[in-house]
Formats: sequence, C-alpha cells, structure tokens
Amino acid sequence: MTDIYIVSDNIISPLGATSADNFEQLKKGVSGVKRHHNEAISPDPFCASLFTDNSFIDNRSKRYTKFEQLLIASISNALQNTSIDVSSSKTILILSSTKGNISLLGSEAFDDNLERRVSLNTSARLVANHFNFANNPLIVCNACISGLLALITGMRLIRSGIYENAVVAGADEITKFVLSGFQSFQALSPAVSKPFDADRDGLNLGEGAATIVLSNNEKFAGNIKLKGGSVSNDANHISGPSRTGEELSQAIDKALLEAGVTADDIHFISAHGTATRYNDEMEAKAITLAGLNNVPVNSLKAYFGHTLGAAGLIESAITIRSMQSNTVLPSLGFNNMGVSQPVNVCNAILNTPLNNCLKTASGFGGCNAAIVFCKQ
Amino acid sequence: MNNNNYIIAHCQIINSTVYKNGEQLFKSWATNAQDVFTEIYQHLNLNYPKFYKMDGISKLGWLASEILLQGNGNIKQAKPPDVGLMLANTNASLDTDIKYLQTVHDFASPGLFVYTLPNIVAGEICIRNNFKGENAFFIFDEFNAAFTEQYVNYLLDNNILEFCICGWIEVLKESYKAVLFLAGKTPTGSLFSKENMNDIFNRPTF
Repeated sequence: MTDIYIVSDNIISPLGATSADNFEQLKKGVSGVKRHHNEAISPDPFCASLFTDNSFIDNRSKRYTKFEQLLIASISNALQNTSIDVSSSKTILILSSTKGNISLLGSEAFDDNLERRVSLNTSARLVANHFNFANNPLIVCNACISGLLALITGMRLIRSGIYENAVVAGADEITKFVLSGFQSFQALSPAVSKPFDADRDGLNLGEGAATIVLSNNEKFAGNIKLKGGSVSNDANHISGPSRTGEELSQAIDKALLEAGVTADDIHFISAHGTATRYNDEMEAKAITLAGLNNVPVNSLKAYFGHTLGAAGLIESAITIRSMQSNTVLPSLGFNNMGVSQPVNVCNAILNTPLNNCLKTASGFGGCNAAIVFCKQ
Repeated sequence: MNNNNYIIAHCQIINSTVYKNGEQLFKSWATNAQDVFTEIYQHLNLNYPKFYKMDGISKLGWLASEILLQGNGNIKQAKPPDVGLMLANTNASLDTDIKYLQTVHDFASPGLFVYTLPNIVAGEICIRNNFKGENAFFIFDEFNAAFTEQYVNYLLDNNILEFCICGWIEVLKESYKAVLFLAGKTPTGSLFSKENMNDIFNRPTF
C-alpha cells in the first residue's frame, strides 16, 4: 500500500502559534485552560482554553471571520518551507470543523445572505481561494472525530491515486452556542479537567486550529507515516458512548491491521480522554479489549481543552512531535486511576523510543476513529 | 477502475412524495415539512417512538433508510462492522441550529443540542439497524456523485464495508430532500456509478 508521509504540521492554540511552541509549553506543563467570565458567551463563569489576544487575526482584513482566519493562519504556517504546490491538480484541501461560523447566527436576522455566510462551503471556498488551491476543498463535519476522519479521508484519497498531497486543516471556536450546549448537558468541569482520574468531573472546551500536510512523494521518505485508520459506530446512543468499548476497539484493531502492526508494536496511545465519566471509562475498556492496557497513554484535553473539530488534528500533531523527540507527555490532571480497566496513564515525562503510535477519538452520534502513525 | 459495485436499491423523499427504486410509494398531503415526515412515519406503520424525538434531518434520513432497507433483508445478515454510511448535504445541521439557538436565551435544550451535528442521523440509523461500520458526513455545495462514487467504491473494494448507505439528506426550514442509495457488491439493480446516481438524484418528480 502507498506510503503516506507527514510533510509538516501546525498548531495554533492559546498556548502558541506553531507546533513547536505548543509542544514546548506542554513539556513545561502549561495549560491553556483558564477561568473566564465573559457574559457575551456565558452568564456564569467557566473554565476553557480561549484566545485572549487574537494575535493570529489580520485586522486589516474584514473579509474573513475568526474561524477562517484561524484556518488561514494555521495552513500558512504548515505550508511554510515546504515544496507542496497547492495550485496543482494533485493537491486537495480537506477541512474539518463541527460548527464553523456558527457565531454569526443570532447576531443578525436570518436571511439568504446569512444562510450563505454561515455555510461551511463559504468558509472553505474563501480559505481555498486565499491559497489558490486548484481543487474544490472537501469538508468533513462528523462531530468530534472530524479531525481524524479528515486525515483518514486524505490518506484514502492519496492511496486511491487521485491526489498526491492533502492539506488537512481543522478549527473550531468556542461560542455561546457550543458552550451553552455543553452546559445544558452538565458536561463541563468547574476547574481544569482530569482525564482518567478518579475525581474527574467533566470536560473543558477549547479553541484552536491545526494543519497536517500529507504526501506520497518519496522525497519525504524518512518522515513519519500515517499508515492506517478506521471509523466505527457504537449503534448504542446518540449522546452517550458504548457501554463495552467494543466498537472503538474494533476501529483500533482495523487501524492496526491496515498499518501492518500488532498491539505489541504500539509504543504510545494519544487518547480522546475528555474527562467525562463515561467517555474515559469507555476508552479504557476499548484500550484493554485491544490488548493495549500496558501501553503508555495520555490525554491532552487538560492542556488544550476539547477543541472539537480541531482536536484530532491538534492531538495528532503533538503525537508526531512526541514521536520525533521520543517523548511521551504526562496526562495533565491525572493522579489516581479512575477507570475500571487500569490503563497505563502517563503522569510524568517519559523518554522512550516511539516507533508506532495510536491516536483515537470518539464523538456524538456514537462515532469512533483510530489512526496509526509509524516511523517505518 | 475496478468497478463491480451496484446500486441495490434507492429511495427518494422530495415534494411530499416517497419513491422507492423510482416508483412512487406514498404522497403526503400535509402542508409543512414536519407533518410530511410524521405522515410518512405513520404510513409505514412502524413502532419506533424515538422517531418523535428526532430533529428534521434525522427524521428524514431515518425514514429514507427504513424504506431503502425494506425488502433488502440480506443486509441484516451482514456482520455489524461491515455495514456503514457516507452522507452529505449543504447546510449541515443549520435547521436544528436555528431552533436550538432560540432555546439558549431561556433554557438551553440538551435534547436539541445533540442534534446540532449533521452526523447524528447516521447514529440514529446505526442504532436502529445495529450497523457498526464506517461513518462519514461531508458538506458540499450540491450532491457530489463523483466523490460519492470514489469514496464508497474505496470502502467496498478494500473490503472495509460490504454494504454502504450513501447519499444526500438536506433539511432547511420547509425545504428538504433525501436521496439514499444502498451500495454493495451484490450484482443486482444498476451499476454504482456517478452517472446512475446523478440520473436518480436529478430525476424529475411529479
């Protein structure tokens, strides 16, 4: 099967504007999650990782919304110093978001103009035109697995021979719409979240963007590869995860198989780890079913919050940095095992060879995704 | 391309009318979209109270999938991980987003919030039928038969899925359209091609 190489990556979050900056902050244990009292988006104080200085925004341009500016800034940085020709018919732009420009709703009367402006199609066209992409962009909107599904889609499109390069980018902002929804579910933690911990009490939301550039070009041989990916559905509940973890485990098994590795070859797992009671329990069961319970695992949600459509890409970019430096980051917020199947949650920096790594995600609608990165 | 996949069945719901494999099955005389969906549900004589909790896209997509699968019992014999969905539309969940936002000032409704993602309809169809395979929801300006053909053929040809329900489910206010295809390797129906999908999608309805 065609090798898919990681050409470059970017993360823009409240912690920094490049993957390297973000990775350095995480190594220092810095979290972007802070307490905010912003009545424009919530009547009550809340903890989230939010941009406060908006330095990524080009104030000269009124053309693009914050969501689009985030995507443009992330893609620009990822493409810098690469030889990827976005105006080639062999390059596709794939965008991932859950809610895009939803913040525009409610701020003005709903009419045909607003209907067009709020559409992800409009954002995708603006972003693609900004860079002169030759092909129409593809948009993935599949809840919290969107980022991983966008990477899997890029991998498949290259493997099917249609494209040689895929620029995969995702972003979401935290709006009153999204915040009120998670509040209505009573899913938010009043403090920095504690994935997999006994005292975990919900998630934090976060905003950010990330880009990962994929290519089959042999000049990138030697780079880390995206070797396998799979998606599954729980067929159980639209807002609660599987009781058994069997379906996420199925996606993990299929991703490993496609990557040509076994559970024994996996050196690290970057979990979804939202820090809700049910998600982390389900993931621990799935990891155990897949025979990965001794493999070091972390969740990055206490650093970035849950960045929704960007999460899979942000966390994959950190996984790639971890592999490049053979460094597993501690799972911030974790002290005492809080899941019924004891998985190997990392609570200190671990320096160890990382040749094959797994990244997972799950989301509303019962969807799960797993991808495998390999050095060989 | 090694194309040996087929459109085993197709279903359209548009202009208050339900078509299965091109034949009109039912016409509703209700005057608004939500009532049309309820009348189709009642016409099908199904007992699935969860239907009433769903948002517009989920109701429409769920109904179309029920009709699509009627008479295709062999899909139930397939292993759950071997059946999946690839869906698309233009406006994601905007219809429900607008309704949810109206509740936010007062009492934000978790029951509506969960439907503010377009892929929830795929979850509803999976729950109903115990389908556990690949799911994907894409956003396009208009129905993209070429991409649908390419993506679904990849899933079928690489044995990632045995059957895939694919197509278009759009609801925005009073405007709606569902066109679903059951694609698989069973040599029956017509070839799973962009030409045949476009032909069915754009077929004049009367």
